[in-house]
Amino acid sequence: MQPPAIDLRKINKSFGPVQANKNVNLKVAKGSIHGIIGENGAGKSTLMSILYGFYEADSGEILVNGKLSSIRSSKDAIYAGIGMVHQHFMLIENFSVLENVMLGAELSSSLKESKISAREELQRLSNEFGLAVDPDAITGDLAVGLQQRVEILKALYRGAEILILDEPTGVLTPQEVRQLFEILNALRKRGVSVMLITHKLQEILAITDEVTVMRGGTMVATRETATTTKEELAELMVGRKVLLEVDKTPAKPGKVLLEAKNLTIKDSSGVTRLDNVSLKVHAGEILGIAGVSGNGQTELLDVLSGIVAVQQGSVVLGGCAIDKDNVLNAKDFRHLSLGHVAEDRHKQGMVTDFSARETAIMGFQDEPEFNGRIFMNNKAVTEHCVKLMAEFDVRPGNPHLKSANFSGGNQQKLCIAREMERKPKVLLVGQPTRGVDIGAIEFIHQQVVSLRDAGSAVLVVSVELEEVMSLCDRIIVMFEGRIVGEMAAADADAQKLGLLMGNAGSESDTSAQEITAS
Amino acid sequence: MSEFLTIMLSTFDATIRVSTPLILCAMAGLFSERSGIVDIGLEGKMLAGAFAAAAVASVTGSAWLGLLGAIGVAISMSLLHGFACITHKGNQVVSGLAINILASGLTVTLGIAWFHQGGQTPLLSGDARFLSIDLPGALAVENVPVLGAIYSQLISGHNALVYLAFITVPVTWWVVYQTRFGLRLRAVGENPQAVDTAGISVFWLRYRAVICAGLLCGIAGAYLSTAQNASFIREMSAGKGYIALAALIFGKWRPKTALLACLLFGFLEALTVRLEGVPLPLIGEVPAQLMQALPYILTVILLAGFIGKATAPKAIGIPYSKER
Repeated sequence: MQPPAIDLRKINKSFGPVQANKNVNLKVAKGSIHGIIGENGAGKSTLMSILYGFYEADSGEILVNGKLSSIRSSKDAIYAGIGMVHQHFMLIENFSVLENVMLGAELSSSLKESKISAREELQRLSNEFGLAVDPDAITGDLAVGLQQRVEILKALYRGAEILILDEPTGVLTPQEVRQLFEILNALRKRGVSVMLITHKLQEILAITDEVTVMRGGTMVATRETATTTKEELAELMVGRKVLLEVDKTPAKPGKVLLEAKNLTIKDSSGVTRLDNVSLKVHAGEILGIAGVSGNGQTELLDVLSGIVAVQQGSVVLGGCAIDKDNVLNAKDFRHLSLGHVAEDRHKQGMVTDFSARETAIMGFQDEPEFNGRIFMNNKAVTEHCVKLMAEFDVRPGNPHLKSANFSGGNQQKLCIAREMERKPKVLLVGQPTRGVDIGAIEFIHQQVVSLRDAGSAVLVVSVELEEVMSLCDRIIVMFEGRIVGEMAAADADAQKLGLLMGNAGSESDTSAQEITAS
Repeated sequence: MSEFLTIMLSTFDATIRVSTPLILCAMAGLFSERSGIVDIGLEGKMLAGAFAAAAVASVTGSAWLGLLGAIGVAISMSLLHGFACITHKGNQVVSGLAINILASGLTVTLGIAWFHQGGQTPLLSGDARFLSIDLPGALAVENVPVLGAIYSQLISGHNALVYLAFITVPVTWWVVYQTRFGLRLRAVGENPQAVDTAGISVFWLRYRAVICAGLLCGIAGAYLSTAQNASFIREMSAGKGYIALAALIFGKWRPKTALLACLLFGFLEALTVRLEGVPLPLIGEVPAQLMQALPYILTVILLAGFIGKATAPKAIGIPYSKER
């Protein structure tokens, strides 16, 4: 029998007191696609970093094609035939595709000669695997899907027979995901073994042959994909039964609580980021904004929350019209009963070096209840944080712990707790569950729905299609700063939304999109 | 007309002499900064190099040995910079400043201890200095109008280090844009993680870059004390390292444009020397102090206003560590 492409035996790795991998065993059959799923912090990334030579394991063995290999650096990994496509692409943006592909594997010390041979090889690989990219294009100008292709070519150029993909679909449109999966199928046919790390269950089911679940640094189970279900995998990941669908009653929309009228925003270099956007959010409904990230969603949230001043058009909130003659800041917006859970919690939602109790009052630090005559009322601040932590199940429940030391899910719960505590009439939520574990996702969704049921208007921006479809009542799709479509969540499916997200039918072949449809 | 030509030629001639250390330092900074290491220590490395060159030359009587000494000392200081901010991930600006302060203090202290001339080194003469070289045929064509004068006065008659500095520019361009090392150098300044995952050692690559910087700073230093002048004088670098850094940024971290920026700054300085005490039309005689300050004022204005979109290497100033 053929030895497995990858055979990990009893891998252990600790970072200080935290054991990231405990006695991990993993076999990946040659020419197969092997999925690895697990929550954040389950140890997937650490394990792959060990395999790719970023970290060294404390103990354990790595066998590649049945041969014991000592992998201490990326160089060793490349030599052993392992390639990796990182979640954040390892590309030099101002280099050409050709330069990126050959970087580190140049044939000669003269670039001219290296380029000639690299060009031929790239051409051969492109033809063999159906990975067409213009070798002279500047990498930073390419669409994300194409950049990913360059990453795959980079690995193949180095002779990789085992390809690790770390969360490859996070930044792709459904159409690009479909193309990626076609590529992976082609690779599998030619004997390349693929390891796919993801937290998206439907992708695992759509493409893998086998799937391994990790939890808390250990291997929990390995299943043949054909014999497992989404529910089983979710349960294995979290360790308990999880509700994958959001449990909610139909919305009962009331009057309009937040309205945007013809908003246009140009950035500092004069590029239009938001183009004549008008929308209404009603009491008792959740409006979802879908779209590939970077299509104006961030700017929309910024202007609706007062972070960026209105340039053209107006925002109507709490009976107050805000336009360029009546500029209000984020604090004023809060006083009009608006809560804002920022898209990027590390940049806008919190200061990671601050303690949890400080994070818990950010934006409300001037409220009288937290302030004495001269100094802050530390006791009230701490008590406030303890209360929020209890209500929103933030763990560990230590108000003095540095915000950075909480897991993504707990950070997010703390931010949401802060914004929801005053029962805002309008709540803006950017990427409610980015970097959040499945268990916490369920909780966060429940909280958002309960606020809706209490009669608030909620606007959710998310790049996760599934989330938008299951959490929201009405969906708006944005593309290049414009609203390109609107539908009731009940009528939406991944195919319809995906087409709008990639701007209506620029991809006319829709037959294979069921891959992302759940 | 011929008087005008003479004035122009001598101004350009001075420009070349003043620009030489700027060019060498700017190319030094280019290697370092393109690899992602801020090199504010150009000034200190050049100063230490100048002292080393003069000291070695005065003891051995050989300018070339002095040059080697200068290169050795400047590279050592580069390695110190590398040790602080590549190996130990220290702040690159702080480390660079420390090198400048160290060089400024150490050169004077050692100079007093060794040569007892108040921090200067003994005057150099003969083989202990780089003297001007007359290029072949310079005398013969001297009397050919314009072109002959340009060749014999402007192009010929400089010392070896001046020619070396001007050769450095195409060599730097070739290394950075035409070799494997150059490709990796540019890559590591943009995205060191990408370089690491491509199986290349980020540390070693950056060390090589700062060694290149040290080499060129050493030559610049030797030029100051054994070619342009005939001894080491305390603080003789006089901010040239900073001006070179400004020229590098003004030249958008590219060899050719950095060269032009160096020549511009050099020309301004040469011009101020020429115009000192000369009444200008409309303005009258400009105070010497203002004229001397002009290149620096212009530097500030150019850097503040006219630099356009200078995109620095993306990873510049950020120490690389594997932990994510």
